[in-house]
Amino acid sequence: MVIKNLDDLRRLREETKQELEGRHGGETQIIVGMGTCGIAAGAREVMTAILSELAKRNLRVTVLQTGCIGMCQREPLVDVVRPGEKRITYGNVKPGDVPRIISEHVVNGRIVEELVVGKIG
Amino acid sequence: MEELALHLLDLAQNSLAAGASDLSIWVREDKKNDCLTIGLADNGCGMEPEFVQRVTDPFTTTRTTRRVGLGLPLLAMNARLCDGDLKIESEPGKGTRIEATFRLNHWDRPPLGNIPATLVTILAGAPECNLSYSHSVDGREFSFSAGEVRKELGEIPLTNPKVLIFLQDYLQEALTNLYGGAIDGDKKPG
Repeated sequence: MVIKNLDDLRRLREETKQELEGRHGGETQIIVGMGTCGIAAGAREVMTAILSELAKRNLRVTVLQTGCIGMCQREPLVDVVRPGEKRITYGNVKPGDVPRIISEHVVNGRIVEELVVGKIG
Repeated sequence: MEELALHLLDLAQNSLAAGASDLSIWVREDKKNDCLTIGLADNGCGMEPEFVQRVTDPFTTTRTTRRVGLGLPLLAMNARLCDGDLKIESEPGKGTRIEATFRLNHWDRPPLGNIPATLVTILAGAPECNLSYSHSVDGREFSFSAGEVRKELGEIPLTNPKVLIFLQDYLQEALTNLYGGAIDGDKKPG
C-alpha cells in the first residue's frame, strides 16, 4: 500500500500528539448500535457524523459499538454516558441529530429529552 | 440493506463478534465477465459444518435477543436475485470466508455504496484489528492495511476522530482515482 499523502498522516500525528498532552480524567462514552438492524437503519452514517463532529470540535470522547440490544424498531440507537451520570439511550437518531446531541449533552450535560428512549443507572 | 458496503459492514461485525483479529475484505469488479465479487475472510472462531448449512436460514441466529437473524439471508437473497451466489467456507477454530457474486450489470444489483464509511466504521469499532482491504476494477487495484496506518501513527490511537475522518477522506480519494475520477463507484470512468 502506498499512502499517497503519507506526509499528511505524519503531520496529523504531530498535531494530535500536542492536543493529547495534558488531558486526563474520565471520558464520556458514546456507544452506537451496530447490529444488522442498526446498520440497515443507518447507524453507519450516524457513526461517521459522530466522528466528524468530534473531530470538528476537537473533543476527546470514547466512541464504542455494540450489537443488537433488541430494540431494533428504534435503531439507530446511540447511548451517551457521561462519567458518573446515567446512561442515556437516544433512538431513531439521524445524522442531523448528532451535532445537537453532542453540543447539548456531551459538552453541556443537558439531555436532549425529545430523542430519549431509555435511561439506565 | 441498500448497499453492498453495508452487507460488508454487517459481515465484519459478525467476524469481530467471532473474535477475529485478522480481517480481510475485497471487492472485484470485472466488466469483461460482467461480474462483481465482494468477500471477507477472518480468523475468528469459525462455524461447525452443520451450522454453516443452515446459516442462511433467517431463523438461525446466535443472538439471544430474538430468534431471527437476517444478515446472511439478506445477502444470499440479493446475490441470487442478481444471477450470483453466496459461498461460505468455515472451520471451527480457523475462521470463516464468505464471498458473494453478482452479475455486475444486473438490474437488481444493489450499488456498492460507501466503502470508506464502512471501513472507517469497522476501524472505529475494532482499532486493534488487522484489517486489510483490496479493491480491483478491471485489473487496476487499490489496497489498504490498517497495520501500516497504525505504524505511521505511533502513539496516536487509530480511534482518534481526526485520524478516522482523515482516513475516510483518503480512502474516498483513492477509490475515486481507481474509478478514473468518477465520484460514484457505480459510474463508468470518464
